[in-house]
Amino acid sequence: MATETTKRIQSEPVIVNLGPQHPSTHGVFRLKITLDGEIVQDADMLIGYLHRSMEKLAEERTFTQNIPFTDRIDYLAAMSNNLAYCLAVEKLAGIEVPPRGQWIRVLFAELQRIASHAMANGTFVNDCGAWQTPLMYMFREREKILDLFEMTCGARLTTNYMRIGGVAFDPPPEMWPALYNLLDEMAERIDEYAALTVDNEIVLARSKGVGVISPEAAINASLSGPLLRGSGVPWDLRKADPYCVYDQVDFDVPVGRNGDCYDRFRVRLEEVRQSVHILNQVVERIPSGPWCAEVPLHLRPHAAEAYGRVESPRGELGFYVVSDGGPTPWRFHCRAPSLINLTALKEMTVGRSLADAIVTLGSIDIVVGEIDR
Amino acid sequence: MTLLLNPQAVADQLSAAVPGSVRGVEPPALVVEVDGLLEAVRFLAGDTLDLSFLASLTAVDWESHFELVYHLQSLDRNHLLTLKTMVDDHAAPLVPSLTGEFHGAHLQEREVFDLFGIRFEGHSDMRRMFLWEGFPGYPLRKDFLGLPGALSAGLPGFPHEGGENAWPVPGTAPVIPGDAGRD
Repeated sequence: MATETTKRIQSEPVIVNLGPQHPSTHGVFRLKITLDGEIVQDADMLIGYLHRSMEKLAEERTFTQNIPFTDRIDYLAAMSNNLAYCLAVEKLAGIEVPPRGQWIRVLFAELQRIASHAMANGTFVNDCGAWQTPLMYMFREREKILDLFEMTCGARLTTNYMRIGGVAFDPPPEMWPALYNLLDEMAERIDEYAALTVDNEIVLARSKGVGVISPEAAINASLSGPLLRGSGVPWDLRKADPYCVYDQVDFDVPVGRNGDCYDRFRVRLEEVRQSVHILNQVVERIPSGPWCAEVPLHLRPHAAEAYGRVESPRGELGFYVVSDGGPTPWRFHCRAPSLINLTALKEMTVGRSLADAIVTLGSIDIVVGEIDR
Repeated sequence: MTLLLNPQAVADQLSAAVPGSVRGVEPPALVVEVDGLLEAVRFLAGDTLDLSFLASLTAVDWESHFELVYHLQSLDRNHLLTLKTMVDDHAAPLVPSLTGEFHGAHLQEREVFDLFGIRFEGHSDMRRMFLWEGFPGYPLRKDFLGLPGALSAGLPGFPHEGGENAWPVPGTAPVIPGDAGRD
């Protein structure tokens, strides 16, 4: 027999640039992939295209003036970012938030989680090849949530709504009926997404067993959020280190089993259900009263440091704020889950095909504003 | 609720296990010597305290020295420790890398190198991350604004507090010569 033809064909590695302008990179994110045939040999990320030096800018502005920066760090979850920063400064200055303010914060943080997960799951299914249709279904509810934000604070994405000591405004009366309507139809809508995607052959074929990471590797790589929970580690800061009034509401922490892209997708879908469950409790139990504590605009915390963190839709979002007793923070650091979750990108993509790398990147749910800051 | 570990109690355990590694206690943080950092972290991440999740890693420039801040978390026992180390050499700071212990330190150390210029010994990929190779200086250092072409050093005080360093009250700022005719 012709033994020559069974010899392995020699091929040279090819370098493929994914991004920075590419529909599947979710922003100006560049991934340099070395390919052998169709198999990824190396994945090197080149970032910084959206670096705005937030941490340096924040050192020249007062504690209150820094709140709008946090919107622009993760522009798909501005409420969560506002909350994390305000929690850190409240810890630093020892400020108590009135009960209504705490419940309103939970309300908007959970609405933001639904909106962000709708975006994450929609674009993820897009990356799997179910082009645009599921995304449009998920955007339907996201639009309604953004409308609620607009009614409350006038902005849809860069909300700038939380304040040190509470929230900026009480939601207007017309927001509540819109919210009740949304919550009434949400359960049915989530079932609709699930019917469209969970058993979808395309999604299953493209994401089952792809981008697997073990629980030990996930912990060692400091992964958080749906990535960590998708690997089966039940770690959610809302349960583990409750802030606001999360210790008074009932909800479950969904976890995956295999740590693959499909499990991350399922974890996010389940989290949306849990968020609706939390929201139903919030609208029943929200107390009346003031929504913001009296905090001077010229806040001058004494020299100290604080690390405030929340479970943002993408994972552990922390702000490390150091004060030297001056009017501006001496150091303002954002522990960005999008960046740190990328630590494991190489392990998850090397040895698999280029198409799987796209799906894996989609399942991490990056926001480039948060990676680069 | 996550328990914040008492730094004094941890310092006692640590100095028994790794003699000479503790530099001091500055609540809420435990401060270790740079030379003993790796061994201290190995002990803290071990079975005694199980601080095996590196939640956050960053640095602070105190002008005379750099401070490295690590937030170490135990997921099983749910407690958190703030660990610090000081680098006294402000001109050429060098710290042992934790990438051998925590894979999660990889990008965070690169970020600190990029913005503070602190080198991590033993890091496999010490390149700039957000900025490009050849970028002048390290922006998060406090003296970065002293470089030629830099803008301002920030606001020194609130207007109502007065004093010569105060921020100008709106409307009272002096008109910059040559600026008046511009619209």
